[in-house]
Amino acid sequence: MGGLQKKKYESGSVTNYVSRNKARKKLSLSLADFRRLCILKGIYPHEPKHKKKVNKGSTAPRTFYLLKDIRFLLHEPIVGKFREYKIFVRKLRKAYGKAEWSGVQRMKENKPAYKLDHIIKERYPTFIDAVRDVDDALSMSFLFSTFARTGKCHVQTIQLCRRLSVEWMNYIIASRSLRKVFLSIKGIYYQAEVLGQTITWIIPYQFAHDHPTDVDYRVMATFTELYTTLLGFVNFRLYQTLNLVYPPKLDGQGEFSLKSECEEDYALESESYSEKLSALSASLARTVPLVEDEEAELDLFPAEGVRYKMVCCSFFIFLFILFFLRSEGTNSIMCCTLCRCFGGQVSWDKSLCIGSTYDETDETITHHIVDRPTIDKQYINRYYIQPQWVYDCVNGKILLPVEEYFLGVTLPPHLSPFVEESEGDYVPPEKLKLQALQRGEKPQAEDDDEEEEEDDDDDDEDDQSEDEDEANLAEMEEKRAQGKSLSVKVTPGKVKPENRMRAEQEEKAEEKRLAIMMMKKKEKYLYDKIMFGKKRHVREANKLAAKRKAHDDSNKADKKKKKKKC
Amino acid sequence: MEYAVLDKLSNYTISSILSALYVLKKKFHIGGIFADTDILGSYWPIISAKRYIGRALLASTLSSDLAICKSLLIFITFSVRSQDIRNTVGNIPMEWYKDYPHIGYDLEGKKIFKPIRNKDELDEFLDKMENPDYWRTVQDKMTGADIRLSDEQVDLVHRLQQGKFGDVNFNEYEPAIDFFSNEVMIHPVTNRPQDKRSFIPSLIEKEKVGKLVHAIKMGWIKPHRPKETTPQYYDLWAKEDPNSILGRHKMHIPAPKMKLPGHEESYNPPPEYLMSEEERLAWEQQDPEYRKLSFLPQKLACLRAVPAYSRFIHERFERCLDLYLCPRQRKMRVNVNPEDLIPKLPKPKDLQPFPTTQSLVYRGHSSLVRSISISPSGQWLVSGSDDCTVRFWEVSTARCLKTVEVGGAVKGVAWNPNLSICLVAVSYDDTVVLLNPGLGDRLVCTATDQLISSYEEPEEVKDQPVQWAVAEGEGHEQGHRLILKHPKAVRQVTWHGKGDYLACVIPDNGSSLQVVIHQVSKRRTQNPFRKNKGLVQCVSFHPIRPYFFVATQRYVRVYNLIKQELTKKLMANCKWISSMAIHPGGDNVICGSYDCRLAWFDLDLSTKPYKVLRQHKKALRSVAYHRHYPLFVSGSDDGNVIVCHGMVYNDLLQNPLIVPVKVLKGHTITHDLGVLDVTFHPTQPWVFSSGADGTVRLFT
Repeated sequence: MGGLQKKKYESGSVTNYVSRNKARKKLSLSLADFRRLCILKGIYPHEPKHKKKVNKGSTAPRTFYLLKDIRFLLHEPIVGKFREYKIFVRKLRKAYGKAEWSGVQRMKENKPAYKLDHIIKERYPTFIDAVRDVDDALSMSFLFSTFARTGKCHVQTIQLCRRLSVEWMNYIIASRSLRKVFLSIKGIYYQAEVLGQTITWIIPYQFAHDHPTDVDYRVMATFTELYTTLLGFVNFRLYQTLNLVYPPKLDGQGEFSLKSECEEDYALESESYSEKLSALSASLARTVPLVEDEEAELDLFPAEGVRYKMVCCSFFIFLFILFFLRSEGTNSIMCCTLCRCFGGQVSWDKSLCIGSTYDETDETITHHIVDRPTIDKQYINRYYIQPQWVYDCVNGKILLPVEEYFLGVTLPPHLSPFVEESEGDYVPPEKLKLQALQRGEKPQAEDDDEEEEEDDDDDDEDDQSEDEDEANLAEMEEKRAQGKSLSVKVTPGKVKPENRMRAEQEEKAEEKRLAIMMMKKKEKYLYDKIMFGKKRHVREANKLAAKRKAHDDSNKADKKKKKKKC
Repeated sequence: MEYAVLDKLSNYTISSILSALYVLKKKFHIGGIFADTDILGSYWPIISAKRYIGRALLASTLSSDLAICKSLLIFITFSVRSQDIRNTVGNIPMEWYKDYPHIGYDLEGKKIFKPIRNKDELDEFLDKMENPDYWRTVQDKMTGADIRLSDEQVDLVHRLQQGKFGDVNFNEYEPAIDFFSNEVMIHPVTNRPQDKRSFIPSLIEKEKVGKLVHAIKMGWIKPHRPKETTPQYYDLWAKEDPNSILGRHKMHIPAPKMKLPGHEESYNPPPEYLMSEEERLAWEQQDPEYRKLSFLPQKLACLRAVPAYSRFIHERFERCLDLYLCPRQRKMRVNVNPEDLIPKLPKPKDLQPFPTTQSLVYRGHSSLVRSISISPSGQWLVSGSDDCTVRFWEVSTARCLKTVEVGGAVKGVAWNPNLSICLVAVSYDDTVVLLNPGLGDRLVCTATDQLISSYEEPEEVKDQPVQWAVAEGEGHEQGHRLILKHPKAVRQVTWHGKGDYLACVIPDNGSSLQVVIHQVSKRRTQNPFRKNKGLVQCVSFHPIRPYFFVATQRYVRVYNLIKQELTKKLMANCKWISSMAIHPGGDNVICGSYDCRLAWFDLDLSTKPYKVLRQHKKALRSVAYHRHYPLFVSGSDDGNVIVCHGMVYNDLLQNPLIVPVKVLKGHTITHDLGVLDVTFHPTQPWVFSSGADGTVRLFT
C-alpha cells in the first residue's frame, strides 16, 4: 500500500468536460458574449455519457462543453475584439455623460469592427464544406431580406441580406441548378443542386411580419452576421465558377434598352439598378463573353448517353415557352425564377414591377399566368393558367397538360416533391398519375367516366341479386308464419377444397410464432419494438388510404346526385 | 415666476392691463405692440394681453433690469387690488350659501340678498314659451341675479364655441417679431461692455487641446484609423490548403439538415392529409411539444389565398437555438432485420411425434379438476376434483368407469407406478387415502389387497406423526384400503418409482413437518427433514438414484437420501415455483412458476436455469416430462398447453435442445383458471390435461 489516496472526480471523463459557467469564467466573457462566440465558432454542448460522474455526483441539469473546445476558443482573436467593443461602449457612454461631443464623434469614427473571414475559413476549410452548410444561411438571409425597417435589426443587415439573396437567385438562374420547388403553407421551399450538393431553403410569403415577442433577435442577428459573411464568400466563388462578374451586373447590351419611362415612377435612380437585378429577368454580365448560344449548350454532351439527354430535357422543359405573369405581386418573382431556370422567358406588366422585357400584347406569348378567377381581356393564341402549373411542371420535370390548371378550375393537389416513398408507404393517387405521365403513358380521363358508368351498372346488378335474396327470405318467413314446419331436407354438401397454399402459410406462421417464443429477452424486446414501428407505419398508411377512399366515394356520390338532377 | 404671473393675468380687467402695456411700450421700445390705438376701450382678449406682458417681462429679464421687472409686478398686483368686485366672498363654492337668504357681501360689507325666486316648473315653462329672451338669460352665480346677455356677449360666446378668438378684430397670424434679427438696431439690447475674457485665448481650451495632443502622442487616441483596403468579399478559398483542415473537423458533427416537408404541408394537399374534426380537436388539445405536426394542414383554393405563416420567425429561431444549444451525438443506427432476430430452430415437422390435436374430452366432473394421474399400463386415468369425487376413466373411450366419493375436495391423485400393484393415492383435506380401484387385471387387484391385509403389526410401536388406519365397511367396498391422517392439509402426493414409498407435501411455512415419506409395505412414516426452509411447493423422487427433490418457493433443493445431505440447491430465480418435473434420465429438471416462466435446469451444468422460456401469458400450473419421448409439456392459467421438444443428448458436451412444437388449445378459462394439471401417457406421445372447466382432455 502506499501512495496518495485517489480523489474522486479528478480523473476520467470529468476532465474532458467543463460546465458552461466554468467555461464562461475561463474565457472571462459575459454570457451574451460567450453565446455569440459559440454561435460564430460553431461550438455546441456535449452530452457526457455518464452525466452524474461528470457532474461530480450531482444530478442537476447542466450544459457541458468539451474542454478541448473551450481551449480552442481561448486562442480566438475575436474574443479580444469583443472586449475592445465592450471598452468602446463604456467610453462612449462616459463621453455622452460628459457631453464631449467631439470625443463621441471621434470614437464613433474609430468604432472597433471585426471580421469573420478567418472563422469562415476555419469552419469550412474547403469550398464544398461551405456549400454543404449553406441551407440555413439561405433561409435566414431570405427571411431577413423580407423584414421591414422596424428596428428589429439593423437596416444595413436587411439590405445586405436582400443583396445576397438576390445574388444567390441570380446565380441559381444563371447556373440553372434549381431542381424542386414546393408551395407549402409556411413558405416556398426551393431545392437546388449546386456543385453536387443538394441545398434546400425556404422563402416566406411576402407579407409584413408579426414580430413575436418571445424571440431573441440578438441570437438571430448573430447568426445572420455569420451567415451573411458565409453567403457572400460562397456567392463570390460561385460567380467565379460561372465566369460572372461579382457583384452581379446586368448584361451590357440589355441595360440601355431596358430603360423605359416607367422606371422613374417605380424606383429612384439610385435604387433602380438593384431593383432591376432583383427582378431576375435579365441575364448577367460575364467576365468572358459567351459566344455559343443555348442550342450549342444543349449539345455539350453529345455522346454521353441517353441519361444526360434526359437530364438536359428536364432542365429545359420551358424552352421556347414565353410566359407572361399576371399573378398578384408576391409570386411573380418566384415564378419568374422558375421559368427562367428551366429555359423559358418571362415578362410582366410594366406597372407591376420593374424589369419587364416584353409587353402583354406580344403575339408570341404562349402561357399567361394569372392568379385570378377570371380575366377580362383574353388573347386567343395563349393559355391562361394558374401559377401552380409552373411549379408542378418543374417538380414533375415534364410539361403537364394545362387543362387542369385553367382559370377558375379547381386545382389538382400540389404534392411535395421531397417525399420519396419507400416500399409499403402510402402513395397518393395523384403521384401515381404523375409517375405514369413521366413514363409516357397517356392519362385516362375518359376511361374513368366509362368505368364509373360500369360501376353504376355493377351496383345495379348487386342490388338486383340482393333483391332476389330478400324475396327468398320473405317466402321462407311466410311459410314459417303459416305454422307449417319446413320440410327438412338433407342436401348434398359441397366439398370444401383444401387450400394448400393457405395451410402452408398457416403452418409457417405457427412455426414463426413458436420460434418467437424461444427468443431471448433482449432480442424479444428489440423485435417487439421493430415490429411495433412497422405496424404503426402500416397502420398510418392504411389510415390515409381509407381516408382517401372515403373522400373519393363521397365525391362520387355527389357527382351521381348531380347527374340525376340533370 | 414668469408663468405664475401670467396665469394670474387672466383675472385682470382689461383697462389696467392696457395701461400697464403703455408703460411698457414707452420703457422698452417694443415695436409694433399697438398697431392701432382703437383697441383702447374695446374688448381686449386676455391672451394677447398675456403675450404682451410676457414679452415685456422677457425683455426686462433679458436686459437683466430687475428694477423694471419689479415695478411691473408691483403694478400688476396693485391692479388686482383695485378691481371692482361686487361679491367679496372670493372664489369659494357658492353652494355653501345654499341655506342662507344672502349670497355674500358687497364692498361695504353688507349682505347681498338672493333675488326672490318663486318660480315653479310651470312658471319656468311659461317663461320659456313666452319670453323671447329666455335663451340669452343666464344666472350669475355670484349674485344669483338673472342677466340678459347683450348682443356682443352672445356673439362672443358663439365665437368661443367655434374655437375662434373672442375679439373680432384680432389677427392671429401676425408676423413674428425677431428680437435678434440680422437688422442692426440703433440701440443695443444691453449696453454692457464686453468682458476681457472675450479678447484673450481660453485657458480651458488650451488645457483640453493639450490633453488631446498628449493622448495622441501616447497612442491612446488614434486620430485616423487606416481604412480597410481588402474588399468585403473575395475568393476565400483561393488556395485550399489540406493542412488547414484541423483535427477538430474529424470530431465535428455537422448539424443535421432540417426535415423536408411532406405532402401535408402543401397549400393544396391531397384530401387524405387534411385533419378530420376529431383529429383537429385532439391536435389542439395536445401539448405543442408532443404534436406530430407543428401546424394544421390546410387546403386553399388558389395561391393568392395563402396567408402568411405566423410561426415562421419562431421556427427559424428554434432552428438557431437547436444549432447552438443542442448537444450533438453520433447515433449508431443499426439496421436490424427482424427476421434475423428469430432463432433458427429445427422444424416442428421434423420433431414428430408429438400431440397435435385434441381427440377426447372426459366430461363428468362438476367442478375444477385439480389433479390427474394415469395408470402405469396407460389404460386408466384417474382424476380428482373439487366436487369431492375421484373418477376413473378408460383412456381409449373416455368412459367413466368408477366414481369414488371422498370426504373433501381432492387436491392430488397419484397412481402407483409399480405395475404389480394397483393402488391410487388420493389426498383431500388432511387425509391421504390409498384406493384400490379394482380395474384391470383381477389378479393384480387381489394381490394388492392381499399385500395390504398381510401386514403384521411390529412389536415395537413407534410414535408416528401420521396415523395409519385400515379402511373398513362402506369405504372398503368403495375401494378404500388405507387411510393416513395427517396433522394438516395435504397438497400433493407422489410415489417413488418402485411404488413402495409415498411422499406427501403438507405446506406450512416454518413448520418442521412439511414433507413426509410413507413406506406403505411397513406402514411407516418418516419426517426426513428436521427443519424446512421456506414453504414447500412440491416434492419429487429421482427416477433412478436415491435423490429427493424439494421445491420451495424460490429454490429447488436436491437431497441425497442415503448420505442424508443436501447435494444441490437450484436457483430458479422466479416467483414462485408452482410445479416441478424431473427428466426420466434424471439430470434435467423443469420448474413452472407463477410468473409465467418455465425454467430448465441442467443439473450437470449449473444451479442456475439453462434456459428460461416465457411462452405462457399467465401463471404455469403444472409441467410434465414424457417417460420415453423427448417431450415436455406445460399447462397454464391462460388455458394453453404448450408441448415442447426437449432432447437431452448422451454426449455431455452437447446442451439439451429445446424447441416448442405445439400450442394446444381447448380448455376454457373459468374463474381465471385454465389448465390445472398435465400428464403424459406412459407409452404414447399423448398428453392429458385437466382444467378449471371440469373437463379432462386428451391430445394426440
